[in-house]
Amino acid sequence: MEDLIETPKANTDQRRSPTREVIKHLLRHQSGRAGLIILTLLVLIAIFAPLIAPYDPTQLLKNEIRRSPPCIHLLGCPKDKAEHLFGIDGNSRDLFSRVIFGSRLSLQVGLVTMSFAILVGTIIGAFAAYAGGAVDNTLMRIMDVVMAFPSLLLAITIVSVLGTGLINALLAIGIVSIPRFARLVRSTVLSVKELEYVQASKALGGSSMHILFKRILPNAITPLIVQGTLGIATAILDAAALSFLGLGAEPPRPEWGLMLGEEKNSIFSAPHLVIFPGIAIMLTVLAFNLLGDGLRDALDPRLTRSRSA
Amino acid sequence: MPQFIGRRLLLLLPVLLGVVLVTFVIVRLIPGDPCVTMLGERATPAKCEAFLDRYGLNDNIFVQFARYLVNMTKGDFGESIRFSRPVSDLIAERLPLTMELTILAMLFSTTVGVLLGVISALKRNTFIDTITMVIANIGVSMPVFWLGLLLAYLFALVLKNTVFVLPPSGRFDAGMALQDLSVYWGMTNLTGFKKFAVEFMSNTVLINCIITGDWKMFWDSLRHLILPAVAVGTIPMSIIARMTRSSLLEVLGLDYIRTARAKGLIERKVIGKHAFRNALIPIVTIIGIETGSLLSGAVLTETVFALPGLGTAMVGAILARDYPVIQGFTLIIALIFVLVNLLVDLSYAYLDPRIRLE
Repeated sequence: MEDLIETPKANTDQRRSPTREVIKHLLRHQSGRAGLIILTLLVLIAIFAPLIAPYDPTQLLKNEIRRSPPCIHLLGCPKDKAEHLFGIDGNSRDLFSRVIFGSRLSLQVGLVTMSFAILVGTIIGAFAAYAGGAVDNTLMRIMDVVMAFPSLLLAITIVSVLGTGLINALLAIGIVSIPRFARLVRSTVLSVKELEYVQASKALGGSSMHILFKRILPNAITPLIVQGTLGIATAILDAAALSFLGLGAEPPRPEWGLMLGEEKNSIFSAPHLVIFPGIAIMLTVLAFNLLGDGLRDALDPRLTRSRSA
Repeated sequence: MPQFIGRRLLLLLPVLLGVVLVTFVIVRLIPGDPCVTMLGERATPAKCEAFLDRYGLNDNIFVQFARYLVNMTKGDFGESIRFSRPVSDLIAERLPLTMELTILAMLFSTTVGVLLGVISALKRNTFIDTITMVIANIGVSMPVFWLGLLLAYLFALVLKNTVFVLPPSGRFDAGMALQDLSVYWGMTNLTGFKKFAVEFMSNTVLINCIITGDWKMFWDSLRHLILPAVAVGTIPMSIIARMTRSSLLEVLGLDYIRTARAKGLIERKVIGKHAFRNALIPIVTIIGIETGSLLSGAVLTETVFALPGLGTAMVGAILARDYPVIQGFTLIIALIFVLVNLLVDLSYAYLDPRIRLE
């Protein structure tokens, strides 16, 4: 019966145009466009890292002086010296190569933690809203408790239990981000659960799974994309913070936060070691923040109107 | 109003209980033998037995939780394994600095954030607005610890020979230390809550300086906290600025503002009295939420500026696997966060009478 209503052709037509619409809106939105451009560049850098980086990020350059400042031929550095755009780090490695390879790690960190948080959050939120009653109450009170902790602090505590390391840090950040998505999905499901088209699908004999995934959850995709994009920004910052404290990525991994943590005491003697990885983190986080803002405005026309009011 | 406060406090109980339960459970989730993990290489069977007995880890888990709760109401958070001192002592010693830093950062982020937001909203779509929002966007994307390092570099090295020079590390200049108030008052053999309170006050610069009258100390400490506070406060400041702007813009578009203007009210009153008060509710919410980021930021920034607060102690405790300290500190910070959000909720009722009547 359902097939009669939902012909495949109508379906693709409906789906394609909103996406195109969103991209159009996004490109017209000032910060959305800026975010998209920075992010595209970052993704390209991450993909082509081995081609861009002149050295291996973990390679020790025996002939170079540790923590020596950048040497750029264009800016008058003697040609007989090897070129190091961002200088040499405390373990005589090429900082530029490390920062370039760091982009891979940071983008992965953001995507992995948010995918995890969105997946688990969606399951919890949808289940709570669908089951209702005591199940809903219990699950949401648990989410309240998780949110009662400052998120980074809870992540630090979780890492202390799981043990330090990048994977555990990601898991911790993922866990503390779950409640946000669970609440979001729950409220969306609750708001559409009783609508007529859902009832109609039920009357047509659709299974609960079918109704949940095909009829209800698509409503949550828009806010999830916006929250997820902004969440990636926070996740990258938090992961960098954990690595900075020595609780996340382990040396010699080219992780930006770790690079800052390793060299934080050389800020007065070799500031370049602190400046460049920090700029990298800031640009990446900025890109996701701008993109998230742009997406919010592009995906939710109501918000745009009230903003420009 | 009292009814509202009472109901709000009642709602708090399950969350508080949950927070306590989480900190209790988390330490019990540590994989492996707790004795070996906590004592490390010092673990021998005899020592293990004594250790498990002393921390009551041999008892039934429910008994353990009940004891944990009861002890906590007495202010007993267990004992640090690394320092062999009560965790409450460490809290009295370390918490004041973290709170000073958080409060200063909050003052900075709220005043500057609201100011920037208001300016931006009133000068909408001008150059000033664009600049302010660019600053806010960048500010929200900066790692706290990185900004701290940059500020230290700028104010301690680049501006070294100017009046703007600020110290890059420590709580006081070398040779300065807070007076112990128990000595100042000639109190000996303090125990329990009294001991905690006196120690807490000794370590709170403002209170200590008021009591001892040592204002030089106060200024010195304030100078040391400016850079960390700015670093910690920048992300919340940016978020507050953005929220203030959009909230004020939304209110300014409403009918009653037009009415206020139409009846000839001067613009200052329209903005200050009519618009701003209603724009405040979302701003206050954000301030409450951002307290979490302030507390986390304080923990991070202490490491950068070598400040002896909860954060540095917490990182040390994690690396040394000193679980009672981790547990106690996490709990105390979560409690502060929960209480601040309670205050925020109560201030809604003050700002918006409708909420009171609900």
